[in-house]
Amino acid sequence: MTALRCTGLGRSFGALKAVDGVDITVEPGARHALIGPNGAGKSTLFKLVTGTMRAHAGTVELAGRDVTRLSEVARCRLGMSQTMQHASLFGSMTAAETVALAAARHEGGRISPLPRRRSAVRARAGERARERTNVTAPARSARPSVARTCEELLAEVGLADRRDVPVPALSHGERKQLEVALALACRPLLLLLDEPAAGMSPAESARLLELLAGLPAEITVLFVEHDLDLVFSLADAVTVLHLGRVLLSGTPDEVRASETVREAYLGAGRREELFFT
Amino acid sequence: MLVSVLNGLAIGFLLFIVAIGLSLVFGMMDVLNLAHGALFLGGAYLGAAFSGSWGGFLAALGIAAVGGLLAGSVLSLMTGPLRRRSHLDQALLTLGVAFVVAELLVLAFGDDPLSVAAPPALDGSVTVFDAVYPAYRLVLIGVGAVLAVVVYLVVERTRVGAVVRATVADRDMVATIGIDNRLVTTAVFAVGSLLATTAGVLGGPIYGARPGLDATVLILALVVVVIGGLGSVRGALVGSLIIGQVDTLGRVLLPELASFVLFAALALVLVLRPQGLFGGPAAVGAR
Amino acid sequence: MTAVEAPAVPGGEAAVPPRAPRGRAWIVAVAVVVVLAAVPLFLAPFATTTLTRILVFALFAVSLDLLVGVTGLPSLGHAAYFGSGAYAAGWVSINVTAQAPVPLLAGVAVGAVAAALTGWITVRSAGVFFLMLTLAIGETVQQLGNAWDSVTGGANGLTGIPSVRIAGAPLANAGFTYWYVLAVFLLGFTLVRLVARSPFGAALRGIRDNEARMRAIGYPTSLYKYAVFVLAGGVAGLAGSLLAAQARLVALPDLGFATAAFALLAVVIGGAGSLWGACLGAALVIVIRDALGPSLGGHGTLVLGAVFVLVVYLLPRGAAGIRLRRRRSPS
Repeated sequence: MTALRCTGLGRSFGALKAVDGVDITVEPGARHALIGPNGAGKSTLFKLVTGTMRAHAGTVELAGRDVTRLSEVARCRLGMSQTMQHASLFGSMTAAETVALAAARHEGGRISPLPRRRSAVRARAGERARERTNVTAPARSARPSVARTCEELLAEVGLADRRDVPVPALSHGERKQLEVALALACRPLLLLLDEPAAGMSPAESARLLELLAGLPAEITVLFVEHDLDLVFSLADAVTVLHLGRVLLSGTPDEVRASETVREAYLGAGRREELFFT
Repeated sequence: MLVSVLNGLAIGFLLFIVAIGLSLVFGMMDVLNLAHGALFLGGAYLGAAFSGSWGGFLAALGIAAVGGLLAGSVLSLMTGPLRRRSHLDQALLTLGVAFVVAELLVLAFGDDPLSVAAPPALDGSVTVFDAVYPAYRLVLIGVGAVLAVVVYLVVERTRVGAVVRATVADRDMVATIGIDNRLVTTAVFAVGSLLATTAGVLGGPIYGARPGLDATVLILALVVVVIGGLGSVRGALVGSLIIGQVDTLGRVLLPELASFVLFAALALVLVLRPQGLFGGPAAVGAR
Repeated sequence: MTAVEAPAVPGGEAAVPPRAPRGRAWIVAVAVVVVLAAVPLFLAPFATTTLTRILVFALFAVSLDLLVGVTGLPSLGHAAYFGSGAYAAGWVSINVTAQAPVPLLAGVAVGAVAAALTGWITVRSAGVFFLMLTLAIGETVQQLGNAWDSVTGGANGLTGIPSVRIAGAPLANAGFTYWYVLAVFLLGFTLVRLVARSPFGAALRGIRDNEARMRAIGYPTSLYKYAVFVLAGGVAGLAGSLLAAQARLVALPDLGFATAAFALLAVVIGGAGSLWGACLGAALVIVIRDALGPSLGGHGTLVLGAVFVLVVYLLPRGAAGIRLRRRRSPS
């Protein structure tokens, strides 16, 4: 079974066919890169896959299940989660509160309309003899398991010591790291990353590479990236998009060797870029 | 039936004159001017104060026009600093202005509803296809239609209109390509307010002048703008004519539930086309 | 509501964000409640009545703050639910029973049902469209109130509402009415505060900050907005039932645009999102409208209109904003 299969996916804006009959198959556990010159339709394709935008043609299958007609919310519940190209977070929250938001939704419990403090107090009274673990809650109201997930995820992306910093005070790179933690908190089977390294310093980008390479194999990753170094050091499959169509799909070596890809990037593509961006 | 249709047309054109200013100001400046109804009420009281003669009627129109221009310019200046703030702030500001204006009008003219006589020679009735109909309303339909055509031509066919349309479509882009649209936006605000106050004078013989009329007119205009799509002249025209008909027909057929009929029309349009009948998707995205 | 999972969170102090220490906040809250409860013993009946009105309006403003401040939905039609609740409580008191919990429950139920009927359309819109739609709905409900005069009394209002009865005995004077209103106010305020601080409340703030992102992480945001809209309608209805108990008269303006706008003003003066701020804002609005109004020749609205304008320019984040900025500035 494939992790993601797009068949004949299409979307147009007026006369412009931004995505035009795209077929992509992403194998389970793959680190699949999506590349192409500006205006190739990568971002639109991403939105069609996540459900942010409706497809005009074709189907999207997540782990064998047709999700074309499902909303973004439903797809997320089925295990699809994404990071945004421009870090898109919550201005009034701290890093930990941000992750807790997603964790609370995906830890299986209900989103309670009442704070959890009372039950936490009761639990504490009952277990007074028990040794207290040293986990602190990310938000006063979060479930203990949510708290633990948050700590783990923030540590994983390297933000453990920034947990109580408000999002607006985080650096650009840190926000992108937080994006990843937020996406992972949704317990994804398929993780979609839209230009995860854009705007990052080389050091941050190296750490991101390490993080992505260290993700468990159950998580399939599909990512758009302009930094070809990162693409070729992480990806085990690459799809090249050009003018809304798939130019080539293959292993990194095949893509690197391909003459057509070179042309799309350097030859004709360069001229198109001037017109379409 | 015919009377109802004609009434709907008269109210529809009057509404268009009110709503177009609201719509263009919102489309261009992203400012929802909740003081728009108070401007209308100001015009209505002016009409009431001067009613009874042609001279008075024309004087009221003239004063309303000048007053509207001034009020619009002041409002434009007041909302200028809030351009980048939330809609809530702009709404609060214009709401405050609306309350102040309405209260000042009550101070000046008292609490009691005033009725406004149509100018002499138009205060009688004429017979249209066997139905007796007030002459003034027929004239109002004509004047409204002419004004609608003028506004449409100015916005769609002139250079200034082109700037207006471009600003509605993409505010930042117009600023980026170096067109200084501040003068145009202030002018649109001023002219939009002028239309509101003159509509008040014109509408006087139909609605009279009373406290609370400002809210009624504002809401009708908002419904028109929502139905037609923000910043669209054609949308405002079609929306006005629809609401004019729906409102009068509703009052004839279901007098108890007239306001619900209006709301139902609004709800129906919004469920089917959230961006309004003529609004582009950008109008919804713009926040 | 789900089962508690081990291990227990060593909660309290360590987990509290670096704001006021928990202990002191509690002391202040208890002190405020004690002072409020003692008020009728010291103040003249007129002042007590004004304070009662303030509490009624404050609960209404708090319910609106749940929409405006917490969820980011600027409603200009919230008085529709406040007024519906007031009419329902008044009608039940006259025609069924004025026995204590009944008018309250009627107010809550009617406020929530009215919000449920109208909310589904409003929550699908955003920003300025939401503003316009709520305004239109508020006006529609007011006109309905006018048209349905066999129940509402039309333009005369609903008059002759009997005193609320507790355990069979009517509330005899302004002081008892005040205590009744205070008790219900505290109940409503606590409920809203609990919701605002719950995981559900965190999700609402997420919607306010970035609704698109909330959908992307799997929250059905329209459903959440609908839920909070109905809840806010219910609490507004509760405040409405207090209005019926206090004023013993419900009139069309209680449903209308100006009432809704003044509640919005109260929320903004207090700083959107700050529940206690909304209460202070409500106090200011009521003092200007009801207490100072008569000495201004009945033109409190004029002053309030000017306050609107001033607040927008001078207090972009409300009274709570001033404090917040001072707190945060050192960091």
